Amino acid sequence: MTDHPEPLTIIEPRMRRLIAYLSALWQYRGLLYFLTKRDVQVRYRQTLLGAAWAVIQPVFSMVIFSIFFGRLAGIKSDGIPYPIFVFAGLLPWTYFANAISASGGSLVASSRLVTKVYFPRLVIPTSAALGGLVDLAVAMIIYAALMTYYRFVPGPALLLFPVLVALTVACASGVGLWLSALNVRYRDVRYVTPFLVQAWLFLSPVIYPVSLVKPPYQWLLALNPMSGIIDAFRASLLGQSAVHWSTLGISTVVIALIFVTGLLYFRKTECVFADLV
Amino acid sequence: MADTVIKVEGLSKQYRLGLDVPAGTLGEALASFVKSPLRPRRSASPDGDTLWALRAISFDVARGQTVGVIGRNGAGKSTLLKILSQITVPTEGRAEMRGRVGSLLEIGTGFHPELTGRENTYLYGAILGMDRASIRTRFDEIVAFAELERFIDTPVKKYSSGMYMRLAFAVAAHLDAQILLVDEVLAVGDSAFQRKCIGKMDDVARGGRTVLFVSHNMSAVSQLCSRCIVLGKGEVLYDGDARSAVSVYNQSVVGAAPSVERCASRSGSGGIRITRLWMTDEQGAETLFARSGGAVTIHLTAQADARFADGAAVAVAFALDAQDGRRLFTCISLWSGVELRTRGSELSARCELTDLPLLPDTYLLSASIIHHRECLDNLVHCGSLEVRSSEGDVLVRDEAIDYGLVSIPHTFAQEG
Repeated sequence: MTDHPEPLTIIEPRMRRLIAYLSALWQYRGLLYFLTKRDVQVRYRQTLLGAAWAVIQPVFSMVIFSIFFGRLAGIKSDGIPYPIFVFAGLLPWTYFANAISASGGSLVASSRLVTKVYFPRLVIPTSAALGGLVDLAVAMIIYAALMTYYRFVPGPALLLFPVLVALTVACASGVGLWLSALNVRYRDVRYVTPFLVQAWLFLSPVIYPVSLVKPPYQWLLALNPMSGIIDAFRASLLGQSAVHWSTLGISTVVIALIFVTGLLYFRKTECVFADLV
Repeated sequence: MADTVIKVEGLSKQYRLGLDVPAGTLGEALASFVKSPLRPRRSASPDGDTLWALRAISFDVARGQTVGVIGRNGAGKSTLLKILSQITVPTEGRAEMRGRVGSLLEIGTGFHPELTGRENTYLYGAILGMDRASIRTRFDEIVAFAELERFIDTPVKKYSSGMYMRLAFAVAAHLDAQILLVDEVLAVGDSAFQRKCIGKMDDVARGGRTVLFVSHNMSAVSQLCSRCIVLGKGEVLYDGDARSAVSVYNQSVVGAAPSVERCASRSGSGGIRITRLWMTDEQGAETLFARSGGAVTIHLTAQADARFADGAAVAVAFALDAQDGRRLFTCISLWSGVELRTRGSELSARCELTDLPLLPDTYLLSASIIHHRECLDNLVHCGSLEVRSSEGDVLVRDEAIDYGLVSIPHTFAQEG
């Protein structure tokens, strides 16, 4: 044990340096793993249908959206069968919506942990955001089956897919950091989140294609980071259209901005969490 | 060698009370921003609505020392531990700790009822800062210590509270830290397991690790710690050997009338709060003394909220402890088959203790109010009772001899 120098803990009335802050997160990666695992393990315990919920949720949304928006409203889907068109959008969207809700409430829900044990608090909203990835993976399997049914083969843009998932996680974590830290101080967040999710859905090209928006305004749509992601998800999975690099670029910049400011705000308020929660 | 591993310099913590409670709503924040957009949001308010939980605390702890931190309710001991555990940030001052720090402010936080004992062991270990490999190598040892081999794959929601605590303590006790910050965790489980816990703590302390141990269990403190820091109103009242510390600590109760505010600790879910506590002698006059073999009556009044007003039945309990914290006696109104009810929002009760079988000494009084199995208010060491020798006794007492705890009525005679 005395092989390596003893770690020195310094406690002072100010924020930790960003480097020290992030390295503490790395040190506690085991906890991140276990908390994420706990979230996943617990989510469907003592439910009748268990993990089937991970399938039912997106499939149900797909069916409803296909009927109402695809059939009745006749929204164009760039020549792609509407069910797989909307499902490709629902994949990142469902993950994002669940992740920001879970992440936003996570700190307050873990108030006992926050007031009784020390670990980098970042672990809490981050693990809440990561937990949804399992559901995304399950939904992907369904999607693969759907693609086979419609005889769609993804093109080379599929290589972009892991990057897109990473971007979605970063986006959800960034928003989650903001919401969870704000929620500690202002419990209004709990009531605002459902509205936010609902409004955000309509501002994102989940049920409609980006092409529905007139080209001069498409860059405005790209300011919503989820629109760039969803559009690229479709391009990557369906291989029908080219990836809109400029849109994706703008979205990436916005995601980076949300994530970094979220991290800074979280760090700034972290020191009072235990006193407020 | 004076090898300092914990160095605390001028640590202070200020809590803000009253008007500017920060956990407001967004609307309030926006309103205050609109009213005075240039005022810094977290400016220290000049007076009144702040409370210094700690004021310029300084001390050093050498490697391998086991230091007890004691103090009455609100003395700042929990705040100190929270700051050292990095749960909250000090307002002023600085602290340095060398070595891996493990803090146990409450054991079992983070357990998830739906998960099995095995899953929770890994999760809780990770929460306490252990890595997976070290939990895996200690897993069998932990389970054996908790005596839960048969139930380790059962969800902990099916555990009894004792089993739950045993597992939590077992994980915590196997924490690989050079500095341990411990808060009252020994108050768990049955007395056999408590002894095992204290034994384990003793091993830890002897194993060269540094322990900061916050407690109001005087017998545990004097058993485990060589040095003891007494805190009072956020300041260090005493820092030195544990024996003297215990008497400094007790002095704040001894000789003073029982007080709700100055109790060692207060807990309970609320609903009824004890407002006053006092003792009377056989003549009904208020007193702080009793004669060995004599009688004393303990009284309390309490204020109930709407839930318990107007005739709710509750039980009242009193207890006497020796100065080292050993419990000597407990009485609960329920045991005597007496039903106590609130009248309006008030509750008044008394309990007469007769033929006091106590040796002349000072004893600490605790009181609680219970409703079914819920503890509504619990005051630990909120007053003292000084027992004096009964008249006519020829008292020969030698400080060095342990005469025991009780005085059993007895008669000597010469036979034959």
